[in-house]
Amino acid sequence: MKYSYYPGCTLKTKAKDLDRYGRLCAEKLGIILEEPDNWQCCGGVYPQGEDEIATKLSSVRALADAKEKGQDLVTLCSACHHVLKRVNHDMKQNETIRLRANNYLKLDSPYQGETNVIHYLEMLRDKVGFDNLKKAVVNPQTDRKIAPYYGCLLLRPGKVMAFDDPEDPRIMEDFIRAIGATPVKYSQRNECCGGYLTLENKKAAQKRAGAVVDSAEQAGADLMITACPLCLYNLDANVPEGSVPVQYFTEILAEALGVKEEV
Amino acid sequence: MQKIGVFVCWCGSNIAATVDVKAVAEALKSEAGVVFSTDYQYMCSENGQAMIRQAIREHGLTGIVVCSCSPRMHEATFRKTAVSAGLNPYMVEIANIREQCSWIHKDMAEGTEKAIVLARAAVAKLHKNAPLTAGTSPVTKRALVIGGGIAGIQTALDVADAGFEVDIVEKAPTIGGRMAQLDKTFPTLDCSACILTPKMVEAAQHEKINIISYAELDSLSGFVGNFTATIRKKARYIDEDKCTGCGVCTEKCPSRKGLDDFNMKLNKRGAVYIPFAQAIPNVAVIDPEQCLKLRTGKCGLCQKVCSAKAVNFEQKDELIERQYGAIVVATGFKPIDASAFNEYAYNDSPDVVTSLEFERIMNAAGPTKGQLVRPSDREHPHEIVFIQCVGSRCTEDAEKGKPYCSKICCMYTAKHAMLVREKYPDVNVHVFYIDARTPGKNFDEFYRRAVEQYGVDYIKGMVGKVSVEGKKLHVQGSDLLNGEQVHINADMVVLATAIEPDPTARALGTMLTASMDTNDFFTEAHPKLRPVESPTAGVFLSGVAQGPKDIPETVAQAGAAAAKVIGLLCKNELTCNACVAHANEAACNGCSQCERVCPYGAISYEEREIRSPEFRGVRRIAVVNEAVCQGCGACTVTCPSAAMDLKGFTNSQIMSEVDAICR
Repeated sequence: MKYSYYPGCTLKTKAKDLDRYGRLCAEKLGIILEEPDNWQCCGGVYPQGEDEIATKLSSVRALADAKEKGQDLVTLCSACHHVLKRVNHDMKQNETIRLRANNYLKLDSPYQGETNVIHYLEMLRDKVGFDNLKKAVVNPQTDRKIAPYYGCLLLRPGKVMAFDDPEDPRIMEDFIRAIGATPVKYSQRNECCGGYLTLENKKAAQKRAGAVVDSAEQAGADLMITACPLCLYNLDANVPEGSVPVQYFTEILAEALGVKEEV
Repeated sequence: MQKIGVFVCWCGSNIAATVDVKAVAEALKSEAGVVFSTDYQYMCSENGQAMIRQAIREHGLTGIVVCSCSPRMHEATFRKTAVSAGLNPYMVEIANIREQCSWIHKDMAEGTEKAIVLARAAVAKLHKNAPLTAGTSPVTKRALVIGGGIAGIQTALDVADAGFEVDIVEKAPTIGGRMAQLDKTFPTLDCSACILTPKMVEAAQHEKINIISYAELDSLSGFVGNFTATIRKKARYIDEDKCTGCGVCTEKCPSRKGLDDFNMKLNKRGAVYIPFAQAIPNVAVIDPEQCLKLRTGKCGLCQKVCSAKAVNFEQKDELIERQYGAIVVATGFKPIDASAFNEYAYNDSPDVVTSLEFERIMNAAGPTKGQLVRPSDREHPHEIVFIQCVGSRCTEDAEKGKPYCSKICCMYTAKHAMLVREKYPDVNVHVFYIDARTPGKNFDEFYRRAVEQYGVDYIKGMVGKVSVEGKKLHVQGSDLLNGEQVHINADMVVLATAIEPDPTARALGTMLTASMDTNDFFTEAHPKLRPVESPTAGVFLSGVAQGPKDIPETVAQAGAAAAKVIGLLCKNELTCNACVAHANEAACNGCSQCERVCPYGAISYEEREIRSPEFRGVRRIAVVNEAVCQGCGACTVTCPSAAMDLKGFTNSQIMSEVDAICR
């Protein structure tokens, strides 16, 4: 299995763990992740403005590159996934955006949303299969009670992201079962962590992150996992000392697959 | 050669203001075959009709063209006029110069030109008209009512009271339907069972009504006045004639895993059960999924304790074949599955219930004997949140909910809120709503009473999320009037789930060739003027099967459907539509394409001996049942060999019209 792999800037700086464990696990599972040569930052936030095309171009370049290679495009960071998936949807559905982006980029052949964008978790579920993942586990995380944290970016808008039921997702729970641990269900798993508010209204971010971590704690979790660098930051930095620890899901996966020590 | 008269109507100023009617009448005089042409202010008036009759007699007209309003308005009028002057009614053509001309044009010159063209087309068609005679078919004087809820019961009673035999086919072991599950009814708060059970008993005791319970329609053939239905009566493993309904078997049954459907699966029941105390027929039924004897061969305790010897494990499904003149669809509704709406934690907490579940909880014969307690721990709740429009008016997410308003939820939620406050004044009740829709007699007064007299906290806005936090349900919603977030720690949440047609409706619609909308509600022949008839002749609509409605409206519609059924069954024979399709046997090759497109099931095939110069031998030929054909013409455009033609609208008549327009 070979995929285009879009890491994104945060995974090169603040969230190196998310990236390197992700790569190690993919290798262990026999998946080749090819990073495009000249990818650019997705912008981190999906640009809502319909008349602003420049902020969508970096995503379109990565999408078109994967199309050229005939590969699905795998993402790992929730924010990148959100931006790429939605821009791709625009390129498929929105005639004006498609026309303007192509007029600007002048690609060899116009890009029309052909690339299939999948998140690493979707790759595990749909391409590898959680059953096969289970077989590849060498250190089952049997004693762990893990609370999956979805945040908002992976799930919504539900029809565009088509990731899971935004109100009742289960992909991370199934992932946790596959690595031998017990998923902990808690009400705040698909609520916002406070996101970028941490920059201008720290109190609001603390309140949100506190509610999320508290809810997971109440439900008996000893670990939280996430796919989002910003969520990880908020759930770690904006909560009281000694709260439930939070990790990237790739880290616990690396532990389960026995490749964590290789780092 | 026809001798044609043309009559141009002014329709007051409706036509005359935009069409120069005199110029039209004048222009038509030069058309081939037109021997008389005139105009008049109101052609449909008695004077206008007299003018037509006189012209027919004086000029020996063989056909007439009336340039007037849509044929939907007055075609029947002018046909009668023609008949009274000795013409065949199908020798009348209407040129619609009002709806399709004067009303949509502003310029007199344009309007006049178009009216002349339309009149010429009608004349051209009339040249090829031939007198048609409508056939007749007999009527079987018996009605089939599918569904034994309040809609079906009411229709059956009204039809039976008029003296006709009625069979009610009900898929559940008892009649009564959804209304039997309700505790109280709005806006009067009278007990649902108290007003329904007398009707159930009346139906059961009526000498003209035959209740076939635990049965479904298996197949259907025939047409209006002459349906043949095969009804599958499911094995209930109890002899209905012997069972006395004593209930001893239901008490002794050792299997206790079956879920009680009547109580919305809130409690368990035995494998042999009587749905509820007032069930009709008051006869037990064995659930084969749960019965130890039927599953493993061991047990049979019910058989041992039954003093009436009614238990029969050998019983098989039974097929009953009957003839009917009319069929009434009264299949009703079910609430949608709330599990798709897990933002309200329906799957996560037993204390989040649907309104129909709440109805059972409040009912004295329900799983809690009418005590309002939380299903999770049987504790008395202090804070209850009602959420309206769960799955109704759901345009964003149509696969999850329904685009339509379910119509009854505002009122039953007001009822629930009021009943709770009345019985338990210590309980705080909040209702989240988008709009409170209360258009009905005494409905708004009822809703205002809930707000003003009973102090129910109505919050305009929707709930974003219900989350389970320990023993409490945390409800987060928005208050749009105050522009603020609302957080309520509730003990119970009640979801006013949308209603949808019963799941059996779709298959039934196909069997009856009765059209349905995208939501699987049966469509009416006309949304305003024929609201209780299906476009399929002989099929009538009663209750929610046609669209969401409350009990008073259902009963009114059930009566209306009954009146239509009675009107049909009163007749000894039916006049068929004369403009029906027929196959030219020389051209038909029996390919079956017309049969597949026919929405009425009017086409069948027969092997026929053909003796023509080109072909001699037996060939498969399409045959149109003229009593069933509605003359829609779908077959004529589908037929690849142009063998199908519609009498009164033949291909050559239509081509003549087109030629006249293009001349």
